[in-house]
Amino acid sequence: MQFFGGSEISPSPPLPTASGNNGHMMYVFNRNGICLLYREWNRPLHTLNAQQDHKLMFGLLFSLKSLTAKMDPTSVDKGNLGVPQLPGQGCSFHSFRTNTYKLSFMESPSGIKIILVTHPRTGDLRESLKYIYNLYVEYVVKNPLYTPGTPIRCELFDSTLDQYVRGLG
Amino acid sequence: MPNKALGQNGYYLPFVSPLNSATASQIHNSFRSVNQCKNPSPFDSSKRMAAIYSLYIINKSGGLIFYKDYGSAGRMDTNDSLRLASLWHSMHAISQQLSPVHGCSGIELLEADTFDLHCFQSLTGTKFFVVSEPGTQHMDGLLKQIYELYTDYVLKNPFYEMEMPIRCELFDINLAQAVLKDRVALLGR
Repeated sequence: MQFFGGSEISPSPPLPTASGNNGHMMYVFNRNGICLLYREWNRPLHTLNAQQDHKLMFGLLFSLKSLTAKMDPTSVDKGNLGVPQLPGQGCSFHSFRTNTYKLSFMESPSGIKIILVTHPRTGDLRESLKYIYNLYVEYVVKNPLYTPGTPIRCELFDSTLDQYVRGLG
Repeated sequence: MPNKALGQNGYYLPFVSPLNSATASQIHNSFRSVNQCKNPSPFDSSKRMAAIYSLYIINKSGGLIFYKDYGSAGRMDTNDSLRLASLWHSMHAISQQLSPVHGCSGIELLEADTFDLHCFQSLTGTKFFVVSEPGTQHMDGLLKQIYELYTDYVLKNPFYEMEMPIRCELFDINLAQAVLKDRVALLGR
């Protein structure tokens, strides 16, 4: 997998643009569906309480993944709809767009899911998500005080992330 | 019918750059082969050059009322397409609930690794979605066109019952033409 290439953060983040503030919110889930991190920058509308919201988001991603795996028009052997799949197995998706937001999604081979919700007119954020994953590796995984599988409480990670997402175009 | 198709061909030829003569002859050949084809449906399984892979139409409660495959790999039986259609209906609804701002009307474009899914929802809740190759640009226009065909040939058909599967010959014929036209436009680029 490519994003395991180097352990150090690339010196120049992929999309440093001047007009920022496009980020709405971000989720990080582990492979068990536990929400490790939820950050919110601009979210006027809350339809559910936080826990229900995280569950619904994870459920949406899970089902969309099984939908894309079954719908994949290029593979001959797709199996049945809803068969559990390992990260990286089957056809996945990287973003979807509605009229009010765009959701970008990345899953690492260990099952860490990073979800970034931005303005609908944002461009391709795949590189940015890889960069955020690098931040996660640097500031969270390498933090000796962090227990894997627990919610992330890491000031340095939060501040770097805030700074990066605010600069996204 | 062949004459009509050629007439539509004429619409798209001006878009072809004169420098790119190879593409122009390619289009011409593809049209000839289609017109000479004995089979009335130009989408037999031997042709695997798909700009769009499949089309689904679902009614306001998520039931599949129309499905057509234009050459995707693998087997998809009726049950599978029904399940996928209703799954999409739910995902569409959930995406509205998760919106960070007011006024969300559901997923318009889903970008997967090997395909794009473009969805159009009409005011009455009928959803049209096409599975296309990744990065295909003009699908909104095609979806609107299909919606127009639906209103003309399905809704105005006195024998059609609302929310029931679509079995209208005129719709099938015109849809095949619209999709073919779209494919030729794509080839010309």
